Amino acid sequence: MIERIWRASLAPIAAAVAAIAISSIALLISGNNPIDAFREMWQTIDSTESVVLIINRAVPYYIAGVAVAVGFKMNLFNIGSNGQFILAALVAGWAGAQVSLPPPIHVTFVFLVAILVGGGWALIAAILNVTRNVNVVISTIMLNYIAIGLVAFLLSEFMSDPDSAGLVAQTEEMPRSAQIPPLDDLIELTGFHLPPGIDLYGFVIFAILLGVGYHVLLNRSRFGYDLRLSGENPDAARSAGVNPKRMVLITLFMSGAIAGMIGLPFLLADPNFHKYGDAFPATIGFTGLGLALLGRNSPIGIAAAALVWAMIERATQRLAPIGIPAEIGKILQGSFLLVAVIAYEVIRRRNDAAATAAAAEATARQRLEAQPPGPGSTAGAPA
Amino acid sequence: MSITAEPVTQESPAARPGWRRSRWLPYLIALAALAIMSITRILSDTDDLTSSGTFGVALRTAAPIGLAGLSGLVAERSGTINIGLDGMMVMGTIFAGWWGWEYGPWMALLGGIVGGTIGGLVMSVATTTFGVNHIVAGVAINLIAPGVSRFMAGELFVGVQGGAITTSPGNKGAIGAFTMPFLSGGDLFGWTTPDILGWIEDHGWFLLADAAGLARGLTTAVSWDVVLTIALFFGIAYLLWHTPFGLRLRAAGERPSAADSLGVSVHRMRYYGMALSGALAGMGGAVLVLFANRYQENQVAGRGFLGLATMIFGNWMPAGTAAGAGLFGYAQGITLRTDPGSLVRALILAAAISLTAMAVWMAVGRRWQALGFMSVFTAVTFWAFFVASEPNNQLVFVTPYVVTLIAVSVGAQRLRPPAEEGIPWFKGMQ
Repeated sequence: MIERIWRASLAPIAAAVAAIAISSIALLISGNNPIDAFREMWQTIDSTESVVLIINRAVPYYIAGVAVAVGFKMNLFNIGSNGQFILAALVAGWAGAQVSLPPPIHVTFVFLVAILVGGGWALIAAILNVTRNVNVVISTIMLNYIAIGLVAFLLSEFMSDPDSAGLVAQTEEMPRSAQIPPLDDLIELTGFHLPPGIDLYGFVIFAILLGVGYHVLLNRSRFGYDLRLSGENPDAARSAGVNPKRMVLITLFMSGAIAGMIGLPFLLADPNFHKYGDAFPATIGFTGLGLALLGRNSPIGIAAAALVWAMIERATQRLAPIGIPAEIGKILQGSFLLVAVIAYEVIRRRNDAAATAAAAEATARQRLEAQPPGPGSTAGAPA
Repeated sequence: MSITAEPVTQESPAARPGWRRSRWLPYLIALAALAIMSITRILSDTDDLTSSGTFGVALRTAAPIGLAGLSGLVAERSGTINIGLDGMMVMGTIFAGWWGWEYGPWMALLGGIVGGTIGGLVMSVATTTFGVNHIVAGVAINLIAPGVSRFMAGELFVGVQGGAITTSPGNKGAIGAFTMPFLSGGDLFGWTTPDILGWIEDHGWFLLADAAGLARGLTTAVSWDVVLTIALFFGIAYLLWHTPFGLRLRAAGERPSAADSLGVSVHRMRYYGMALSGALAGMGGAVLVLFANRYQENQVAGRGFLGLATMIFGNWMPAGTAAGAGLFGYAQGITLRTDPGSLVRALILAAAISLTAMAVWMAVGRRWQALGFMSVFTAVTFWAFFVASEPNNQLVFVTPYVVTLIAVSVGAQRLRPPAEEGIPWFKGMQ
């Protein structure tokens, strides 16, 4: 068990060391003291307030990572998760403000709209793939930009709040029944106290459920087995009776549906939003791509990656006042991601090579035991 | 054994009518498109639709898209799928903004090339040497580049007169422009030559005036970086299809094991390909900087992806990529004209005419599924245009992506990417 954890964390640790080294060099080149910078970053995140803000920020990142991880598992690169996210956030935010329902049903309604819009938008790419053989990477990139235009169009033509029209483009605020209460009591129970104005998203519980569901679906269900098999060996999957077209349709719909939920923490649980507008953080879908890569498509890995991402962003917030560029966070994140991706690949190839060598050796030994090479035998010759 | 240096033509399963494979077909399509534009111009009385001014702006906006497309083309021909070229363009803009401010416009161009090349080489280390999945590496580059760029902007431009973290102080001087003598009234040794094309254009004759507008737009006050871009299209086409180096580069993308067995170093070719691809993408970024005369954050605005779209639209060929870039550049360019609203309305009319023609053609060929997809996309687009209370720039912005989506879904069977692009290759692999 300990060895497994060590193995899984070897590459991220190497990447973290490399990232810190690279950003230290960048700081040195720009004439700053890296030690000061990292000390200030640590002091910024070392408080209850910061921990809660980091968790809040990590929640949508995490959902974004899981959304693309579903597709990655099957070698389906849903680059368009950002488009699915913004379109779903807009329509769900708008629809949520149009109805008044009892609280649990209202929240469920907003969820359903987001899932259907996000999944439906991804389904366009899936249908083009299975009927017209269009590459998913290409179609989802195009659909990303079409979604940006469509969101601006829908917002300005149909869905903006008439009261705020002319000032900022945004949907009406959703009623209280569509809001998930914060989890502050839970924090108080653990003995920590939150400063006023800081809430822990009630959405955290849902994010955990999503991770558990994702894990069970992928590793404990027939569908998950088919999905992983289709990703690792499409030929074997086809021989085993898996319908590849059906898999593409379902998987992309799921990926899009989860991407549709990226905006829900803001819509349902953040008092600053409860609506879709120009202020919405509209590039989280892209961040999710990086997080799924970092977390190697596993729910715990993605959660860890999302927390690290959010932590770096929080930590660099107070650098500017002491004269250190806050953008060093971007360098940290970027070099961390790139080195981690390379390290994973190197380790994977090394393991594969070791496994292949072990298998070849075992086969050779078996053959030797079953049939001792006589004179003139070709047992030693390469197959 | 020899590998032919000619472009590989697709073998069609069934015998097709000869005219379809005729080399004149693209010119006929271009002529038909111009004729439709001409009819639209006369019907809707919008002279600016095919004026030299509009085509000039279109050329200016097409240049960075075309360079991005060319960048993707070189990378994919050498076997690497370059999703990261958008990030390489971003690297190009920051270096171009920096060197342009410090040393002048020509150094901005060089700076863009340097910045993009760095991006290309970093990605190649991951994809070629370490065999990381190309989409994964490209996504990583796209996430990193804006961060690096913002960090550099903070270090370079903050606290400087006219500079900020989102913008450079501005280039030192302009790069200058070229006007063709005799045709478009350019100067020749200090003598202003007659403007023949301008004279034709002013008369508004059917087709002739539009052709003159096009030609004059492409030869009047063309900035030198754009001239260089046009030259690069010919240069890259020559390099890839008429030199031994180009043959080796393409072999690394089509059949790396075959290239390797003939003594070509596949890894070296893929590094060359990515360095060249990064350089072209970075130059695309520099062209943007030269147009705006300064670096601005988010200047690239997804043009790298638009370039990838043009490359696919152009079937991984330089001429097709240039055509795609022209089309998309035109769609972006009209939003910069004085009355974009009337131009958009006129374009809808033109699009309606040409789409109807295409639909009839598809129905004659009984390609019902393709026809169905095209009709759905078209119907949705037209609906959006007609519902919009005013001609909406957002929808014009979306048009290239819809066009590409239609093109790939209607013509995906006819597109032919390099055979083994995107597959990491190591010595000894088949």
